[in-house]
Order: sequence, then C-alpha cells, then structure tokens
Amino acid sequence: MSNTPPPPMSLLAELTHRCPLQCPYCSNPLQLDARTTELSTADWRRVIEQAAEMGVLQVHFSGGEPMARPDLPELVAHAVSLGLYTNLITSGILLNPKTLKALSDAGLDHVQLSFQDATPEQADYIGGMAGAQAKKLEAARLIVEDGLPLTLNFVIHRQNAERVPAMLQMAETLGARRVEIAHTQYYGWGLLNRDALLPSRTQLEETERAVAQARARFGTRIAIDFVTPDYYADQPKPCMGGWGQRFLNVSPSGKVLPCHAAESIPGLHFPSVQEETLAAIWQNSPLFTLYRGTDWMPEPCQSCAFKEQDWGGCRCQALALTGNASATDPVCERAPGHSVIQQAIANRPAVPPAFRYRRYGNAETA
Amino acid sequence: MSDTTATTPFSETTLLRFARGNRLQYDRVREQWFIQAPERAFIADPNAAEVLQLIDGKRTLGAITDKLHQKFNAPREVILRDTLRLTQELADKQVLTVV
Ligand code: SF4
Ligand code: SF4
Repeated sequence: MSNTPPPPMSLLAELTHRCPLQCPYCSNPLQLDARTTELSTADWRRVIEQAAEMGVLQVHFSGGEPMARPDLPELVAHAVSLGLYTNLITSGILLNPKTLKALSDAGLDHVQLSFQDATPEQADYIGGMAGAQAKKLEAARLIVEDGLPLTLNFVIHRQNAERVPAMLQMAETLGARRVEIAHTQYYGWGLLNRDALLPSRTQLEETERAVAQARARFGTRIAIDFVTPDYYADQPKPCMGGWGQRFLNVSPSGKVLPCHAAESIPGLHFPSVQEETLAAIWQNSPLFTLYRGTDWMPEPCQSCAFKEQDWGGCRCQALALTGNASATDPVCERAPGHSVIQQAIANRPAVPPAFRYRRYGNAETA
Repeated sequence: MSDTTATTPFSETTLLRFARGNRLQYDRVREQWFIQAPERAFIADPNAAEVLQLIDGKRTLGAITDKLHQKFNAPREVILRDTLRLTQELADKQVLTVV
C-alpha cells in the first residue's frame, strides 16, 4: 500500500509484563519481557508525545499490571497534559487509597478493572492468587467512591460461564458504568489452555441469554460489551479493527506492534521506539504494511464481500492454527483450514485439564 | 428496551454537564470534533459540536438555544428540538449528566 494510512485512534501502552496474577488466558505473549528490558520513564514520555502528535486520541495503560510501575501517575499526567484520553487497565491488586489518589490527581479519565469470576474461591483459583477477589472488590469500591467511571472486565470460559448472571449483578452492585463479558481469545496462553477454557455451545448460548436479559433490565444505566468466542462464529472478528488501521501497541521493551500477539509471527522484524518514531513505524515499517488493507489476502478472502469488514480475521490465530500467518483465519467457515476449529470443539475433554498458569518460563516446553 | 430509571424528558430549564471521563475535544490532526468517552472516541458532527461547546454546567438548554439562535439563522424551535434530541441521546449514553 503506497497511500498514507489514517492515523491510529488508540495506543495500547503495555508498561510491564509483571503481574501479581497469572490468568491462564492472559493476552501477553508466551515469552514475557523481563523487568530489565522495560522502557524507561523518559522513553515512555517520548512515546506518548509522539502518539499525541500523530493523532492518537486515547491511551490505554496496560500490562501485565501497569500499577507495578511507580512512574504510572507521571505518565498519566503527561498524557493528560497533551490532551490524550487516559484509561487504566488493571487487575486492581495494587490499588489502594494512596495509589488511586495519585492517579486521580494526575487526571486519569477511566478505569477498567478485571475480575476472574463472581465467587472468591473460583476467582482466586483462576487468577492463581489467594485473596485476589477481596482486593479487587475493595478496588472497585474506591474507584466508584472517587467518582471515576468504572468498567468491569470478565473473561469468559468453560469454568466460569455459568456465573455470567452473577457477574452482571456484580457490575450493578459495585456501581460500574460498563461491563465487558468477553469470551476468551484462543492464542498465546489461551491457546495453550484451550481444553481447560473452551466452553460448549450450550454454555455460550446461556451467556448470550444472560446478557440479553441484563441489557433489558439495565437499559441505559450500564452498557454491556459482549465479545463472542469466534470458535462458534461463522466469520472471524476484525482483529484490532484491522491490522495497522486503528491500534498501536507498544510492548514493555519498546517493540511497536499492530496487536499484542504479533510477536508470535516468525521471520518478522519488530521495530522499536528506541530506533524510530511511532509515525515512521506506523506509516512505513514492513511490519505494519504487511497485512494492512486487502492486497495481501489469499482466496477465499480476496473475492469475499466481507473482506473490508473483518479484514480476513486474526493473523496470529491463522498462524497458531495453520502454521501460516497469511492464511484465512480458520475460524471462518469458508477457510480451507476450518476443520481444525471443528476438531478442537469435538475434542474438548469432558473434564477440563489443569491450568498452565501464565508465569515467566511456564510456556517453555510448549 | 426498558429503562428502570424513569427520567423526566429534557426541557429548556434542564442544566447539563459532561459526566466525569467524558469530554468534547477538537482533533487537530483529523480536523474534526470528537466526544471522548470510556474506551471509545466518537465523531461529533459540526452541529453537535456547536451545542456541546456551550455545555458547561451553568447554561440551561434554553440559554444554549438562545445563543445558537443568535449565531445561526435558523428558527428557534428547530434549534431547540435538535438540542433536546442530541442532549437526551448523549445523556442516555452517560456522556452528559444533569447538574
Ligand atoms: S490477564 Fe491476568 S495475568 Fe494477564 S495481565 Fe491481566 S491480570 Fe495479569
Ligand atoms: S473469507 Fe475471509 S474475508 Fe470472507 S468472511 Fe472469511 S475471513 Fe472474512
């Protein structure tokens, strides 16, 4: 593509891969960046300035656990001073009156707080940390008390799907403005744990019903963002709104990526904020132009009416399931590789196996 | 869809402000107005931007209508109707809130 692409809307700033939790579906890569490789405060300040300059509107501070970085309030304040909308994506474990006040004073606009389940025992088991749920509930209380708008995020899978009604009730009780009921995406850690996570079609349908009922009950008070599991869809999702179309992702060590899993694709050079500007990477890097638009697409995508709707699906999923990142996402029922999805569903074990928790070094034998 | 929080419809005396975590912003790169809201930014068309720039928690919707009526050559009742419709819609989205 020779045309200059429109600027990205959002920057996903993954400040660190360190996290007190170890969710088996974590969207971080299997090879986690070590603390010693993390960008400095000065690097992040520069990245944020470049993002604002090129037209990014929202910065999502994420991780790992972004609150593990003591410079988070400084980075939020810097983004605010440049007119950027600031969102914190957190597990809430490190949130207390003092740390929250620093962020609120810095001008933070919104908090997305993750929960692993509705009951403490299950939630602590899934996140792999005793006492996590109690800390999260207290975090939610503090956020609402401060007056910051709160979104609750729940990742859904076979071991918590039946409690979606209770999760929606939690959103209401805690005073959230939005709640995300997001079925697991199966790449990286999620793929490694697929048998332990993939729900049945019946479970999926029950979550759909629970969401429809809650929508009717909540009206405009609480917005529900429902993300379906694409294994049961006939067409993939437009991953990240299309490769290199809306999102910029910067990893803890400064790699600039079109999505958080892109580093799993072999044979590519991942540009770094240490070497180039965000704008140069966005516009010209081979990584961003590789799958941008539709020129790269194979059949059946190339002659498909939906190609500018879903952009051929997720490149990382195509890679993980077919061995070829340029293939049509096998989630699509038109894809030549679609049978791997049907097999994964057919071969779901009756009893979910133990989790492979997301920990440094825990994917080595994968 | 039903809403259990029955709100009275907006009128000339309604006083609004942006809810925390929501704001109107001019994007110099795209040369467009945006409403910045939790997890999304959406375009405010030029008419909506005229109204939203006047929302400050102090002016009533009636006062805002008067100002727009002075600025533009449109019938007051048309401006009022559009202003009420726009603000109601954005209040439903929790972008605006009653003071
Ligand atoms: S998904 Fe879980 S382990 Fe991964 S960053 Fe979020 S809270 Fe931490
Ligand atoms: S063939 Fe390609 S473009 Fe068409 S629906 Fe499937 S993935 Fe999307």
